[in-house]
Amino acid sequence: MIHYFKNIWAGASTAWVGMVITWKHLFVKKVTIQYPDEKFPIPERARNRLYLQMNRCNGCSSCVLACPVNCITLESVKGTPDDPQKDFYENGKERKVWVTRYEIDFAKCCYCGLCTQACPSDAIQHTVEYEYSEYDREKLIYKFQDLTSEQAEEKKQRLADHKMKEALEKEKKAAAVESKNIKPETDAEKSA
Amino acid sequence: MENTNFLYELLGKNALSITLIVTLPLVFVLIYALIAILAELKVSAWIQERLGPMRTGPWGILQPIAEVVKLLQKEDITPDKANKLLYNLAPFVMFTGAYAAFAVIPFSERFVPADINVGLFYVFAIGSVGSLGIVMGGWASNNKYSLMGAMRSVAQIISYEIPAAMAILSIVVLASSMNLQEINSAQSGWFWNWYLFGGPGTIGKWWVIPFTVILAMIYFISSLAETNRVPFDIPEGESELVAGFHTEYGGIKFAMFFFAEYANMFVVAAILTTIFLGGWNSPFGDLMQGPIWGVFWFIFKGFLVVLVQIWIRWTLPRFRVDQLMYLGWKILLPISFVCFMAISLYVMLK
Repeated sequence: MIHYFKNIWAGASTAWVGMVITWKHLFVKKVTIQYPDEKFPIPERARNRLYLQMNRCNGCSSCVLACPVNCITLESVKGTPDDPQKDFYENGKERKVWVTRYEIDFAKCCYCGLCTQACPSDAIQHTVEYEYSEYDREKLIYKFQDLTSEQAEEKKQRLADHKMKEALEKEKKAAAVESKNIKPETDAEKSA
Repeated sequence: MENTNFLYELLGKNALSITLIVTLPLVFVLIYALIAILAELKVSAWIQERLGPMRTGPWGILQPIAEVVKLLQKEDITPDKANKLLYNLAPFVMFTGAYAAFAVIPFSERFVPADINVGLFYVFAIGSVGSLGIVMGGWASNNKYSLMGAMRSVAQIISYEIPAAMAILSIVVLASSMNLQEINSAQSGWFWNWYLFGGPGTIGKWWVIPFTVILAMIYFISSLAETNRVPFDIPEGESELVAGFHTEYGGIKFAMFFFAEYANMFVVAAILTTIFLGGWNSPFGDLMQGPIWGVFWFIFKGFLVVLVQIWIRWTLPRFRVDQLMYLGWKILLPISFVCFMAISLYVMLK
C-alpha cells in the first residue's frame, strides 16, 4: 500500500520537476541563429574557399601533387628572355615561369589544406568565404590565371620559337665544332 | 432559462438567429485553431530553445495560415484498397463530434448555443463520437498501422472515460445540476467560490478542497488522454505507428483531423474551465464581471488550460500502453472514487 502511494507521488512529483524545467527553458535566450540575417562568427583560420595569389605562385605544381582529390589543374610555360612582357613576384624577383592555367574545382575540393602546406611561397591559402554554392557545377571551377588564352598561346609560341632557335643555334655550334674538329684531321690527312 | 442567448433577444427566434448561433462557435473555433497552432509551434520551439517559425509575417505569426493553405492545396487522395465511403467520412465525423460539443459550452452568461439541462451529460456522450471517427478512419484506411492506432484509441478511451466521468459526477453532486450555465452561476463571486476550491460555502468547506483539486487534476489528465495528446498520444505514436490512425490521410482530410484535435482540446479545456475554474466568472468578485467580460474570462481561462496542455506535451514523453492502463484503472479510478465519496459525504452533511 505504501509502495502504491509512493509510486503515485513519484510520478506526480517527477512530472512536476520536468514541467518546471521546461518552463524555465521557455525564457532562456534562444540558440537559433537567423542564418542569412545573422551569421555564426567564422574562426580566422577556418578552412573554406581557397584563394591563389598569382603574384606569389611560381607554377611549381607542389599543390597539384599534394591534392588528394586532384581538384587543381595547373599548366605552366617557361618564360623566354626575348619576351617584352615583364612580371614580378611579390618579393621583387622577376617571373621566370608563366602560369597559363590554374583552375580549382570546388565541387571536388575537400578542404583538407594539404595544398596550402605544400606551397613553398604561401601563394594558395584558405579564406573564410563559404557562401558560394551554384546551380551549375561548371561555375564551381574557379580560374586563377591572370593571362588570357591568347596570351597563353603567345607564351607557348614564344617558348616553341625560342626552343627552335636554341636548337638551331646548338646545331650550328655543333656543326661549327665538328667542322673545326674535322678540318685538322683532313689537313693532317692531306699532309699525310 | 430564457434569457441566456443575446441573439434571441436581439433578433427573435427565427432561422437567421439560429444560423448565427450555430456559426458563431465555428468562427471562434477557426480563429482559435490558428492561434493554438501558432502557440504549439512557438511554445515547442521556445521550450527547446529554438525560435520557431520566423519568416512568415512578423515573428512568423502567419505560419498557421501558410500551413492551412499548404494542406488545402495538396492532392486529395483516396487509397485504392480503402473503403471509400468510411475513409472519406471519418475526418468529418471526428470534427462533427468535436464541434457538436460546442453546442452547450457557455461562452458568457448571455451566450450559450443550446441551454439544455443535461449539458454535462451531452458533452460526455458526444465526446465519444470523436473516437468513432478515429476507429472509422483507422479501419477504413486498410493499413495495419492505422488499424492498430484505432484499436489503441478505443482501449485508451475506455480506461479514461470512467475517471473523467467520476470527476464530472462529483461536481454534479456538488452543484446538484448538469446544466453548465447553472454550474457557472453557482461559482460567481471570488475565485474561492470555484469548484476547484470546493465551490461556494462557508469556511467549513476546507476539508473538501484537496478532493476537488485532485478531481480537477484527474479530469485534466483524463482530458489529455481523450484528446490523444502527448503523453497519451498512443493512437498516433509516430515512433511506433508512423502516424497512427491518420497514416493514410493527407491534404484537406488530414487538416480536418488536425482541426478536430485542436477543437477537442478547447472543448475539454472549456469543460475544465466551466466545472472547476468558474467559467465566465471573474476571479475578482464583481470586478470585470458581466456578459462581455464573461466572454473574455471564459476564453482566457480556456486558453490557459490549452497552453498547459501544450506545455505538458513538450515536457513529458509518451506512456507505454500498459503504463496507461495502470494509470487509468489502478490510480485514477480508485482515487476518483474516493474523492467522489468524500464529496458526497460533504454534500450530505451540508
